[in-house]
Amino acid sequence: MIALIDYGAGNLTSVRKGLAAAGIDYFTPADPDEIRKLSGLVIPGVGHFSATRAITAAWRMSILGVVECGIPLLGICLGMQYLFEGSEEAPGVPGLGLIPGTCRLIPSIVKVPHVGWNDLTIRKPSRLLADIADGTQAYFTHSYAAPVNDATVATTEYGGTFAAVAERGNIFGVQFHPEKSSEAGLRILRSFATISKSPHFQISK
Amino acid sequence: MLSKRLIACLDVRDGCVVKGVQFEDLATAGDPAALARRYDAEGIDELVVLDITATIEKRRALEDTLRKVSAELFIPLTIGGGIRSEQDAAAALDAGADKVALNSAALEEPALLTRLATRYGSQAVVVAIDAKRSEDGRYEVFARSGRTATDREAVEWAREAADRGAGEVLLTSIDRDGTRAGFECALTAAVASSVSIPVIASGGAGTFEHFYEVFTDGRADAALAASVFHFSEHAVSELKTFLRARGVPVRL
Repeated sequence: MIALIDYGAGNLTSVRKGLAAAGIDYFTPADPDEIRKLSGLVIPGVGHFSATRAITAAWRMSILGVVECGIPLLGICLGMQYLFEGSEEAPGVPGLGLIPGTCRLIPSIVKVPHVGWNDLTIRKPSRLLADIADGTQAYFTHSYAAPVNDATVATTEYGGTFAAVAERGNIFGVQFHPEKSSEAGLRILRSFATISKSPHFQISK
Repeated sequence: MLSKRLIACLDVRDGCVVKGVQFEDLATAGDPAALARRYDAEGIDELVVLDITATIEKRRALEDTLRKVSAELFIPLTIGGGIRSEQDAAAALDAGADKVALNSAALEEPALLTRLATRYGSQAVVVAIDAKRSEDGRYEVFARSGRTATDREAVEWAREAADRGAGEVLLTSIDRDGTRAGFECALTAAVASSVSIPVIASGGAGTFEHFYEVFTDGRADAALAASVFHFSEHAVSELKTFLRARGVPVRL
């Protein structure tokens, strides 16, 4: 069973449908203590980074606690940005800090927001992208993007190069919407389902 | 590279897909859920369901139709028609839409765009603009399915809507709608070069060449069509192959 964290940032109908289509059993916990005995966590979200303020200190502690135990975490769109230290969209609102770096506004040399289907360039072997070919397209809709660093496993070009997929141990993030990226997106969600069913390991510090 | 999007529009009335010529002369074209499945299989990038009678009859968009259309669809889905309040938008999003398109309601109450963008994010809010070229060359905005003239001009209204929180513009040329005479590239280019949000061109698609024109001369980010896709098999994949061969980035 996977917990889908609903903190009020946008409508989750499509995410729910996508998880169900990928064969993922999920529920939406009402209380942070409910996520302790699960096989995975999904943090979705759209909109302004300040929406993550709705994730209270108790939730943050609970999420960080289960992640430290090796439970896989998938952040989608704003949920991926929340894995980083923060975003210049809302200075002073902390991310989870699981991946270093700050999300930044896409340079205005291109239209912002970035809306539509764009290419994934795979940079490193990835468990989440195990069934995804280099150059596969995914559906994006965002104005801020995460920086490329050691955790980046796929990048996308738009006004520069940003991290489209991040992966570090049991922590995964996708800037695009797998639930809206047709068959390729469902394959990514199925990979997350497989990862969350495999025995968890303690991440080394 | 960011692809140019091809969007199929399902104009739905009473649960059936219909297609109008200049918003009149409706003829039944098919079952929306069946068409949605076919387009998805053919590689369409996005779908728009427009409940074309909703505003006039003050009837909420058919949530039942929406549920059926979205049931097995994993590409973005936009609903338009009859979205007049946050409650209407919430019902449409709960029924499976990813974005709501506002036309008459946004003209009457522009602040509604901001309220929806604040609650759901700008990516979920599309401003639909129906424009008609007037004798002095301005593009006049019309409300209520092209029936009611407003004193708004298309570029100026698109700018305001973007400032108020709309995340995309769905721009329809009333003059070209259903004519298959080509998109109104001058209108599309004027709006696309004035706003930073994506512009979806609509109205007039008849040939593959028309899509090439609107993606180049018209500077459109996406192009929407209905009958061009409804009545011929494989149109989507053939169109994409054509566009890619001409150097237009598309998702294949």
